[in-house]
Amino acid sequence: MNKKSLAFPYILWAGAFIVIPLCMVFYYGMTDKTGAFTLSNIITIATAEHAKALVLSIELSLASTAICFFLAYPLAMILTDMHVSTHSFVVLIFILPMWMNFLLRTLAWQTLLEKTGVINSILQLIHLPGLDIINTPGAIILGMVYNFLPFMVLPIYNALSKIDTNVINAARDLGANGMQTFFRIIFPLSLPGIISGITMVFIPALTTFVISTLLGGSKILLIGNVIEQEFTQTGNWHLGSGLSIVLMIFILINMVAEAVFDREGEGTRL
Amino acid sequence: MHKLIDLQHITKAFDQNIVLDDMSLYIRENEFLTLLGPSGCGKTTTLRIIGGFESPDKGQVIFDGTDITSRPPNRRPLNTVFQKYALFPHMNIGENIAFGLRIKNKSRAYIRDKINYALKLVNLDGYEKRMPDSLSGGQQQRIAIARAIVNEPRVLLLDEPLGALDLKLRQDMQYELIRLKNELGITFIYVTHDQEEALTMSDTIVVMNQGYIQQIGTPERIYNEPENAFVADFIGDSNIIGGIMIRDELVEILGTRFPCVDTGFGQNRPVDVVIRPEDVELTSPQQGILQGIVSHVIFKGVHYEMEVMASGFEWLVQSTKMFSVGTQVGLYVEPFNIQIMNKPTSEDEEAIGVNE
Repeated sequence: MNKKSLAFPYILWAGAFIVIPLCMVFYYGMTDKTGAFTLSNIITIATAEHAKALVLSIELSLASTAICFFLAYPLAMILTDMHVSTHSFVVLIFILPMWMNFLLRTLAWQTLLEKTGVINSILQLIHLPGLDIINTPGAIILGMVYNFLPFMVLPIYNALSKIDTNVINAARDLGANGMQTFFRIIFPLSLPGIISGITMVFIPALTTFVISTLLGGSKILLIGNVIEQEFTQTGNWHLGSGLSIVLMIFILINMVAEAVFDREGEGTRL
Repeated sequence: MHKLIDLQHITKAFDQNIVLDDMSLYIRENEFLTLLGPSGCGKTTTLRIIGGFESPDKGQVIFDGTDITSRPPNRRPLNTVFQKYALFPHMNIGENIAFGLRIKNKSRAYIRDKINYALKLVNLDGYEKRMPDSLSGGQQQRIAIARAIVNEPRVLLLDEPLGALDLKLRQDMQYELIRLKNELGITFIYVTHDQEEALTMSDTIVVMNQGYIQQIGTPERIYNEPENAFVADFIGDSNIIGGIMIRDELVEILGTRFPCVDTGFGQNRPVDVVIRPEDVELTSPQQGILQGIVSHVIFKGVHYEMEVMASGFEWLVQSTKMFSVGTQVGLYVEPFNIQIMNKPTSEDEEAIGVNE
């Protein structure tokens, strides 16, 4: 049997559920209610309210990506140095929360952080002032970091464990101390993992509306929430699609920038 | 005599597994010393202890009079060429070679000169802009050597550097290494399990087995006068036969008395006798000390390898003259080609080190 024909079910799937919806997003995004071509849906992003949501989304996503990176890299390094038997156990513990439903995990944080939630109840019990975390940008970042951290750890861990120990030994042998070995050998060689980690955290963080709805309350609107509202509440598919296109452009810029950076990182300079 | 590196009573165990047991060894300045042995004999561990990648459980590493046992690899005046090259995959050849020099903050001009010099030395002129993965195994290995020697180490450690190369290239690289050694005038410590490689290149061979040194000597000495059955068996092909030393210069093998040249074993003592296959001469039945029948013949290119059944022992014989299977032959061995060794009294003793 022809191997190519085995791909047919997927092609059908991709056509029905990826290509056609994407075309519809572009169609709605570039037309108005009468069906005439317009860019006004896209330009709406420039209005203060929408621009604010987009900027806040980018800020929070960058912050949580950065936090994920600084938490994940040392952890991945520790994992790499571990004995095989112990590290698989630690990796298991680490990815265990991922087996639980994403919504459930975020709801759990809501319960923990609420004004009358678990954390504040405990603080009250030991006569400490309660914390005002829920419905702040900080709570959203916390939710993002908690949910997306494994997506940063795993690719970095993968990249690190692929580095030949003799390459590291060679650097030491040639006179490099621990810091020099890290910055000249280990870090550059783990860049592909870092890049994919950043992509895998930044993009879902940028587009999320669940985390911001549950932990940010109604006061903090991210671009994901704005788009969601256009579809589910206002019922303005044209505007929702237009803003989705803007978001896609930002994601594309992010990916292109990372690809360029990755190529530079491969070191063709002397 | 100047000891450049002196290993004193080195013991090293991984978990419960003792890899080196109270090993002492010194390496002279400007020597090409080879650690030779089967896998798991401790040769690579010895090299890694010298390089600083492992620390011994007991014992000292003395370099030129200074104890360097606890110094990290980056603070040792020696460099290593690793088994699988271990070039930095994200740097081009020039950057790879420059690595050690940049760490030491050498000037740009100095580094450029050194790169050119090293590339010329390993016959890879003009490769500095290439990436490691675009080079063949042999070329990568030569870059690994170039990267090590630009740092002007006093000792170069080589961990089975030719192991991954094919036969022809390996032989070429052996000559290349000898030439490099002579041009640089530095000490080489070489690890291999390939006895031919060891015999070709070394000034001194250290034969190791199960964490113990079996014999230290020049290639000729190791080959011609193995001190025990392990060395005889590991270095080249050999006929190892149990015998009895009747008295000085006379040994009984398989019920027949052979004149030999060894003395000092006492009288009527059981010994091991080693006779190299090329030292067994096949003659007409009347001229031989033993009589036998040829049982196998294989053509090996340079010579024929034959097995001859004589006195209940299958003799391995190499000769440029062919005797066909079934031929009645005589076996003759020159007295100085018979090597007598003390018999180990137990299985354990077989692995226990012989002292220099």
